[in-house]
Parts: sequence; C-alpha cells; structure tokens
Amino acid sequence: MITNKETIAQLAAQNKRLDGRALTEYRTPIDIELNISWTAEGSAKVQLGSTIVMAGVKLGLEKPYNDTADEGGIMVNAELLPLSNPEYEPGPPSIKAIELARVIDRGIREAKAVDLKKLCLIPGEKAWFVIVDIVTINDGGNLFDAAGLAALAALKSAFFPTVNPDNGSIDYKHKTANRLPLIKEPLPVTVYKINGKLLIDPTLEEEEAYDARLTVSSDDDGTISALQKGGPEPFTAEEISQIIDLAQEKANFLRKELNKFLK
Amino acid sequence: MSEILVQERNIVIPGETLAQGMDYLPGDNTYREDDKIYSKILGLVYISGRVIRITPLSGPYVPKIGDKIIARTIDITMSGWRADTETAYSAMLNIKEATSRFIKKEEDLSQIIGIGDYIVVQIINVTSQNMIDLTMREAGLHKITGGRIIKINCQKVPRVIGKQASMIMMIKEKTGCEITVGQNGLIWLKGTSEGELKAEKAIKLIEQKSHLEGLTDKVQKFLEELA
Amino acid sequence: MVYTKRVDGRKIEELRPMIAKVGVIANADGSAYFKMGNTVAYAAVYGPRELFPKFLQNPKTGIIRCHYSMMPFSGSGERIRPGGNRRSQEISKVMNDSLEPVVDLSAFPNAVVDIFVDLPQTDAGTRCAAITAVSMALADAGIPMKDIVSAVAVGEVDGTVVADLNYDEEAYDAIVSDIPVAMTHIKKEVTLLQMDGEISKSQLMKAIEMAKLATDKIYAVQKQALLDKFVKE
Repeated sequence: MITNKETIAQLAAQNKRLDGRALTEYRTPIDIELNISWTAEGSAKVQLGSTIVMAGVKLGLEKPYNDTADEGGIMVNAELLPLSNPEYEPGPPSIKAIELARVIDRGIREAKAVDLKKLCLIPGEKAWFVIVDIVTINDGGNLFDAAGLAALAALKSAFFPTVNPDNGSIDYKHKTANRLPLIKEPLPVTVYKINGKLLIDPTLEEEEAYDARLTVSSDDDGTISALQKGGPEPFTAEEISQIIDLAQEKANFLRKELNKFLK
Repeated sequence: MSEILVQERNIVIPGETLAQGMDYLPGDNTYREDDKIYSKILGLVYISGRVIRITPLSGPYVPKIGDKIIARTIDITMSGWRADTETAYSAMLNIKEATSRFIKKEEDLSQIIGIGDYIVVQIINVTSQNMIDLTMREAGLHKITGGRIIKINCQKVPRVIGKQASMIMMIKEKTGCEITVGQNGLIWLKGTSEGELKAEKAIKLIEQKSHLEGLTDKVQKFLEELA
Repeated sequence: MVYTKRVDGRKIEELRPMIAKVGVIANADGSAYFKMGNTVAYAAVYGPRELFPKFLQNPKTGIIRCHYSMMPFSGSGERIRPGGNRRSQEISKVMNDSLEPVVDLSAFPNAVVDIFVDLPQTDAGTRCAAITAVSMALADAGIPMKDIVSAVAVGEVDGTVVADLNYDEEAYDAIVSDIPVAMTHIKKEVTLLQMDGEISKSQLMKAIEMAKLATDKIYAVQKQALLDKFVKE
C-alpha cells in the first residue's frame, strides 16, 4: 500500500493534512446502519470516511462464574478480516486484532455499561452472557473509534431472544421487546501524535506515519473507562491532558451522531 | 451470416457475446469459440475495421519494456535495490543502472536510495516469468522527495495523460503541480498541499468517469469550480 | 403429501429477492455485495499478487485461492466460534473449483488472486451466494474470465423440485435434497455440483434444468450490478 510518511509529518507541523481536513476533524460521511444482520440479536454497520466496520451481538445462557454468582457477562471479540486490507491474512487473530478487542472490551466493561446483575435469571445457575463480535469490512484507518461506535450501536439496538419456559431453550428466531440493560454509553476516541501535533481519525497512511497514540474511552459525564497508549514515542503529561479533553469532546460528538441514527 | 452484436463504447462483461460469424476478428481481451467472439473482461468495446477489441476498465498492470513506472524500494542487496511495483512482481534496480557516477565497493547504498524511498524508473527488461529489471539513468528518472504519491487503476493512466498529454498538462497548469504518472498507476504530485489535493481530486474524477466522452471538459469545469 | 405451496409462498421456480452491488470495499482490487433473500455475502478480490509460500507458485499461470468464512453472528442459532471449521474449508475448496474453469491467469505466472468471502447473515444457499458474489468481484477487479459463473441451490422438497431453497425448506420435515449448482452463462456448463439428501436420477435432471433457468435470472442481476458501477454522466 502507498505511504507518504515524510509529507504527512511535514504537513502536520503546519496543522495540515493530505486530505485538507483540520487536525481535529472526523472524515465524512459518518454513517451508522442498524440491524444489518437479522441473525444477530443486535447489530450495526459504521462508516467513518472510507473505514467500514460491523458489530454483532449474540446472547447465550450460561452458568455464572463462581465469584459473581448473581451476574451475567460480556465480552468483546474482534476480527480483522482479510477482505478489509491486503495486509491481513487468514488465521488466528493478530496482535492488532487482540489489542483492538481488549481495548473496546475494557471501555465497555469497566464503565459497567451493561448492568450485569440484570442479566442474571437464576443466581448460581443461569445468566445471559453477551458477546460482541466486531469485524472489519474496509480498513481505511481509525478502527478503534469505528469499532467502539459499532459495538455501542449494536448493544443499543439489541433485543433478548425468547426463552422457552418449559425446557429453557432459546428461540433465536423470535426476539422479545426487551432491550439489554445498557446504563452507560462509553465511546473510545483515539488521538494520534504526528511530528508533535495531535490529531484524530487518521487515514491508513496517517496511522503509519504516527509517533504515538492514546485511546481514551469516556462516557457523557466525562468518566474515563479505558486508556491505551501505543506507538514508539512517549507523551508528556501535558499532552495527555490535552488528549483527554479532545477525546471527551469527540466522544460526545459521536454519541450525538449515533443518536441521530437511532431515531 | 456475420453479425456484430455490440456498438462502439458499449460496456461489456466477461463472457458477453460481441459478434457472430467469421467475418469479425477477435482483438485484445476477446476470444473466439465456435463462430462467436466473446469478451474476456469488463471493459469498453472498440471496433476498428473487422477487429473487435475491449479496453479494460479495471485490471492488473502487465509490465512492458520501456514503461516508466513509480516503485518503492523494499530491500537492498549486494547488487542493488529491490522495489515494490504495486503489482504481483517486484523489480530489481542494479547498482550500474542507478546512477552514471562510479560507485565504490564499500559504499553504503542506502545513502543513495534508502528502503522506503519512491523512485521514478524505466523498465529495461521483463522475463517470461515477469521478473523486472529497471534503470534510473535516463532523463526524467530520479528518486522522489516531497510531494505525495497516489494510486489509481493502471488502466486509467492513458485517460489521465490524455491525447498528446493534453489532460495532464491542463491539470498541471490549473493546480501548479509537477506531476509524474507511472504506467503502473502510481502518480507523484508535487506543489502546494492545496494544489496537490486539487490535482488528486481531478485525477480521481478521471478514474471514476474514464468511460465517458467529453472528459477533458468535465475535468476543466471541475478544476475551475474548485478554485 | 406433496409440497405444492412453499413455506414463504413462492412459486416452485421463483427465486428470493436479490440485491447486488460491486465496488463496495475500497481497499480491494475488486469487490461485491450480494443478497439473496436473507443470505448476504461480501466478496473481495486481491491480486494478482505475490504468492507465498513459494512452493505453491505455478510458473505457467497465476492461481486463484478462495477463503470462505461466516461471521460469528451470522448463524441462525447460537454464536459461531470464529476460526473456520471443516465445512468452511470444504466450501472454500469447491468454490475454487467452481471458478477455475473460467478464470484465465496465464499472463500472471507465479502470482495468486486471493478471494475472500464473509457472510454477516445466512438463510441457506450460502456457498451459492458466495460464488455469485465472487464472480462479480472478479469481473470488477478486471481479472480475465471466459464467462461469468452464477450459482443457486436447487433441490427436491417432499417430492417437488424447487429453486433457491431457504433454511426452512432445507430443514423441512420430509424427504429433502439440497443441491448447490454453479453454471457458466454461455454454455450452461456445471462448475459446482453437490448434494445433501436423497434424490432419484430423473428428479435430479429436472433440478439441473431448473438451475439453468434460475442462473439466467441471477446472471441478469450480476450483469446489471457490474454496469451500475459506471456513472452515467
């Protein structure tokens, strides 16, 4: 794939980008489509510029863990599909996929976004376990933000399937009108540093030209629920403070966008 | 009885019947079976005399001797540089073909061309297995610094250059950019970043509308509106 | 008991509604989206590109390599554990065999055209939808092909030969045979033929005849999707 590392770094120093955007501007269009998979209990497709990501929610009934006998569970998984980027190969998840999944997972889990106690049907015996699967359709950069948005949209639009009262089996074909107990809406925003300047929503080329990045997951009251620093260069404490402000502002912006599509 | 079933500039898909009967001849990207001629790709029909050919509207680059291309160095070996051509075939630039000055035995080749550098080169040999040899010694061939590289489908390159280079000259003039077009679809733009972005958008427009007529006017209008 | 009225009300030769679009994945050399009823497939083509491992390289011609995969949330019941299984490996192989007869990569020795198909939701006919999507993606990528391949699952449900079985028909409580078929357009030559179930020879030949008509309809959708790629002005 094409790289323009030096030019990107030079432009960044002048607060410019290859595509003419401001450093703190998201690409357009931002498009969110819900219920893109009728086999999932909840699903969404997010488009951020050229990046397209899907998320699907599947629910199952399991025995709760011993130390949390009155709670269900939630887990986020991610696959970087080979069809989304010529660099991705079929096979077990790469470290990039693992990092993506775990960061989105922590953002949702640590915010206690889903009330796990409300997922419990019979303490010690039966509770709902939620798995969110994120898959990439076209990797145009900034998978963290797109994936976080898709995961939240999928959770928000999910419904419980019907449970047969006689034998306890799940009828996936018939959904109830009950939504997941989602009480928080955390969203990750990743801020990149290129040649000393901070920017958001990088293209693939901009990601390759980066010095460092920090993903911040936050809710609308400003509480931070996940942090992940990546990249070969360090951040100063001052930069981290600026990044958190920017991430919180942009997370609020993305939440507003999401609500437009939920209507 | 021979019959031609398509018209000039029709868009056809693989397997589409173009003509019937032995009066017509299968040109590029077509094939004959029994007494019919079929298309082998997604493309535009061109008829010259009795020959029907299809110009591809997408598709891979086939390396040819004499082609000027843009490549990116991916490795430095004992004899020179290996470069990625954005195709299935990498290319070799031998030390002797990189520069006309004498290169000493212990010289650090990465000081001449580093890994990751883009180079404007010419193909001097292609083997039957599509292995490519390059030169950088002719005029207009050089290592690239500054500006930006973009990629388009190589089948659109003739439209980006235009008849007698008319299209590319117009874009250069209206954006103030230096532009080098590689036959493999890689293009180097150098100017102000605003000018480069304008040129990039104009080129992407050509890529999108290459099957239409009156393209030069459309692009000119587009560039004038952007100003 | 003879199956005369289909579960979803379709006529016996009627296909489910189809939607097709090409050029949906910007990074790919060619791509397509195909929806048939409630089965959806995304296909992407990358190549010709360098082939690894080297021992797979063929100095006379490039090769195609299909990878079929279902997304974890695409099954009609529980979540599907990611990572592929024997079924998806077999489907990848028969997909390869269904396209090889038409693809011409003689100009690209030692290279590979990698083909990836992923499905976000399924309702039977998955390998057929995959092959149909891939044909479009290959054409979109400008890969030389002698013809377009179209695929449909035909079969017999409780004595009646039908086209495009959905999941409820596959799982129907009677004798069922599910027969995925892929065909070229020009000569209607069969490049994929499999079967789950039991059938007599005469019913099978009837099913193949029905597949010829069905693939004609699918071909029309594929062709239109490829033409729609090009703006009109």
